[in-house]
Amino acid sequence: MQPKRFHRAVTALTTLAVSGLASADWTERSAENLRPGVTDSSETIYDLHMAILWVCVAIFALVFGLIMWSMINHRRSKRPKPATFHEHLGLEVVWTIIPFVILIFMAWPATVVLIDLEDTSDSVLTVKVTGHQWYWSYEYLSYEDDPDLGISFAQRMKTPREQYERPILPGGLFPRGEAAGRVGEDFIPLTADNPDTKNYLLEVDNNLVIPAGQRVRFLITADDVIHSFWVPDFGYKKDAIPGFINESWTEVPEDQTGIYYGQCAELCGRGHAFMPLAVEVVSQEEFREWVAKKQAEAAEEVADEPFADLDEALAKGEQLYQNHCVACHGGEGGGGVGPSLRGTDLMTNPDRIDENISIVRDGRAAMPAFGAQLSDRELAAVISFQRNAFGNETGDLIQPADIENTEGGQ
Amino acid sequence: MTHVAIADQPEEEEHHPTSFIAKYIWSQDHKVIAIQYTIVAMFVGLVALVLSGFMRLQLGFPDTFSFINPNTYLQFMTMHGMIMVIYLLTALLLGGFGNYLIPLMVGTRDMVFPYLNMLSFWMYFLSVLVLLASFFVPGGPTGAGWTLYPPQAILQGTPGADWGIVFMIASLAIFIIAFTMGGLNYVTTILQARTHGMTLMRMPLTLWGIFTASLMGLLAFPALLVSAIMLGLDLLAGTSFFMPALVSLGEQLDHTGGSPLLFQHLFWFFGHPEVYIVALPAFGMVSDVLSTHARKNIFGYRMMVWAIVIIAGLSFIVWAHHMYVSGMNLNFGFFFATTTLIIAVPTALKVYNWVLTLWRGNIHLNTPMLFAIGFIFTFTHGGLSGLFLGNVIVDVPLADTYFVVAHFHMVMGVSTVMVLFAAIYHWYPLVTGRMLHEGMGKIHFWLTFLGTYAVFLPMHYLGFLGVPRRYFSMGDTAFMPESAQTLNASISVFAIIVMVIQVIFLVNLVWSLKNGPRAPRNPWGATSLEWQTPVMPPAHGNWGHALPRVHRWAYDYSVPGAAEDFIPQNVPQEGSGRPDDGGQEEVKA
Repeated sequence: MQPKRFHRAVTALTTLAVSGLASADWTERSAENLRPGVTDSSETIYDLHMAILWVCVAIFALVFGLIMWSMINHRRSKRPKPATFHEHLGLEVVWTIIPFVILIFMAWPATVVLIDLEDTSDSVLTVKVTGHQWYWSYEYLSYEDDPDLGISFAQRMKTPREQYERPILPGGLFPRGEAAGRVGEDFIPLTADNPDTKNYLLEVDNNLVIPAGQRVRFLITADDVIHSFWVPDFGYKKDAIPGFINESWTEVPEDQTGIYYGQCAELCGRGHAFMPLAVEVVSQEEFREWVAKKQAEAAEEVADEPFADLDEALAKGEQLYQNHCVACHGGEGGGGVGPSLRGTDLMTNPDRIDENISIVRDGRAAMPAFGAQLSDRELAAVISFQRNAFGNETGDLIQPADIENTEGGQ
Repeated sequence: MTHVAIADQPEEEEHHPTSFIAKYIWSQDHKVIAIQYTIVAMFVGLVALVLSGFMRLQLGFPDTFSFINPNTYLQFMTMHGMIMVIYLLTALLLGGFGNYLIPLMVGTRDMVFPYLNMLSFWMYFLSVLVLLASFFVPGGPTGAGWTLYPPQAILQGTPGADWGIVFMIASLAIFIIAFTMGGLNYVTTILQARTHGMTLMRMPLTLWGIFTASLMGLLAFPALLVSAIMLGLDLLAGTSFFMPALVSLGEQLDHTGGSPLLFQHLFWFFGHPEVYIVALPAFGMVSDVLSTHARKNIFGYRMMVWAIVIIAGLSFIVWAHHMYVSGMNLNFGFFFATTTLIIAVPTALKVYNWVLTLWRGNIHLNTPMLFAIGFIFTFTHGGLSGLFLGNVIVDVPLADTYFVVAHFHMVMGVSTVMVLFAAIYHWYPLVTGRMLHEGMGKIHFWLTFLGTYAVFLPMHYLGFLGVPRRYFSMGDTAFMPESAQTLNASISVFAIIVMVIQVIFLVNLVWSLKNGPRAPRNPWGATSLEWQTPVMPPAHGNWGHALPRVHRWAYDYSVPGAAEDFIPQNVPQEGSGRPDDGGQEEVKA
């Protein structure tokens, strides 16, 4: 029979340990800690995190307490007589075993969660996530009984480049080159005080919409370099690697609908900080409605349908220009890495429309060929836009058929 | 005398170099080479420090400085990381301190291959030149991050993908050649040139740290060399080791069938041991500094040695914990999580032993000791944050956030630099014959110690909030409340302060060279051999006519009944009577 005192001590310690774990709730949902998130797995991770935190606090107190004590009481000015002990096997065995036990105590629940997080079976919706430099694109595959929803779209940062690159101090402290021209410019600061710009690095044009209360499987890959798909509130991140498909899943409870932001978490080149992602979690009815709406839109969009008028082409073209061209040719068409498009002969001379089409579609020198990525209709829209924006005002309307009828350049 | 080893024979006078060039430029003297290494490493380290200042300026005060844009930011970040890890820490700890201390501590006249040693430095110098040259090539240095992950390292979306990356690969290859020449030398010297009586288990822990780290470097650096060469081939020769079929910025590339993950495995097979290649010499040196200035023997010497060896062994099987979120097999994840947590055990043991070394000592709180104790703080701190990251599932939300930045800066950056400062303040009198200014030293310590805490402690918090690392702009996002913005700006202010503070240290180094008080022989009352040379600073050949003989371990401090509170290693054991029985006795219990 165990002695009573031993029994009491064990009970007390267990209670203490359990209440220590429970005390994790003290800081729940506060903005001063790891985000507890909204899914079961993220909550479990949060609890584990808190358990480790308390272990660390204990070790921290012990080690630093001993050092401080020694520094205060055994310093030279107290004229201490140094001790001569230099080995104690028992002690060393003890403090080898104790950390070992603590570590196993931590590693076990971690493994359980990990196994669960990797198990993507029983998912209701499957979405393929592709990382690009520097945006995300999504393809909705199976949902419930439907093997292919046929919905796909790209997701880019909403804030245009000129805006997020706009300096707080126009021109900067030491203006050079292009920055010199911006000195004294008026600007609206991109801060929390300005409701229009709150989350300007997170908001995107098209939210990824998923249903609440259903298990969603993500197939994550990339087109060019390694990215990382990360929504902090879902509790995990997963690298998007070209040539590989990683899996992950999430299930947001029904009462937690809303928009959840995320960011790319693996260095992917100069636009790494500017490829956010936003997930809109909606109820299952709303999701079905959204799917129906998207599918209807997709059916309407016939690839070769001619534009009714110039305005329709320009509206579509401007969007495409922002997505594909702006990085090299600049928001105002002034050029940069690529040549200027402002009032040049190529842009304004009606005899060179074929050449213009050929360059955009088939590429030339440093200019990549967009023929593979964009449909004829999209090519027509963006070329129409180039020839009418930035003061070019040619009035040229390029139709999808024109693209088809232009012979290959090279 | 039955046999006289070559190293025991009197030094031939005519071997002393006389001309300036032979003495200071193409020198084969390990002490001169060590100083050359130190000066070059400290110079590139300063460059890297300034680069980190630029990064902090952008992060704390976004878009105020027009010379920092997303491209240059990534370039500063990459060069800062690469220089700090490889060209400063590895070179300074092994090339600098290793070179200076190994022959003196084992009691020999020089490295066993002095010519190779000289070559090693000049190759290192060349690698630094190539590295710095990349700042001046078209497109600037690479901005791929110090991890150089393909495909992005060699694609156009990353700054410096034309020339910078080529220079980086070339520089790394040259550095690895330099390190291999140096590392072979350190290992061979420690194994072959120990003086009479210097058994392995009598070596100061500094030697154990340097020895183990050099061995690890010889095993780990080839992985980096191979991956760098393969990366270079993918870029220049169009091979596809790491490149799958991909579309880069709208253009279908010719690559096919490569694996980006293969590079990560190769890189971290080098990268993780590299952490310990830097940390182990620091562990060793700090043990000796703590023991000397606490006037007390190191606690648990044998366990300390075994901990170093075990850490070295384990560090080769933990690499994939850098890749938890890259989607590896579940069993792999579990294996690497386990080994990672196990490596905490010998490391924790070392911390406890350092604390017990201080316990009931006679603690002299001078500058080297302050830095050494500062190291225990920052290292324990970084070790504890490692518990979060090593725990595979808690790592998932924290990977690639500022928590990681805080963790590795505390554990590998600040801690190692603390030891470097401790070591410089500790061994400066030996090298120059002058003491450093104590007042400047203490100011330097307190501002550096508190300053680095002010910089890195808030970064843990930013990581918890979910701020990703390697971001040019943190912006004003859901993950950054207003208070965190203020904190973020304050990090930058403290970082700049810590940077500027280092001027005090540099001034101290230069000023004390001429004006510092002349150092008495063995000013700290240390027991290890490097302080027992016939003249201080040690002359060419170190030991005059006869090599020292070692009779005891390196930690005989405050031995009861002894005249002074230390007994150097070359003082014979009492009652032994035989002057040359070294090597036969066990470690004094």
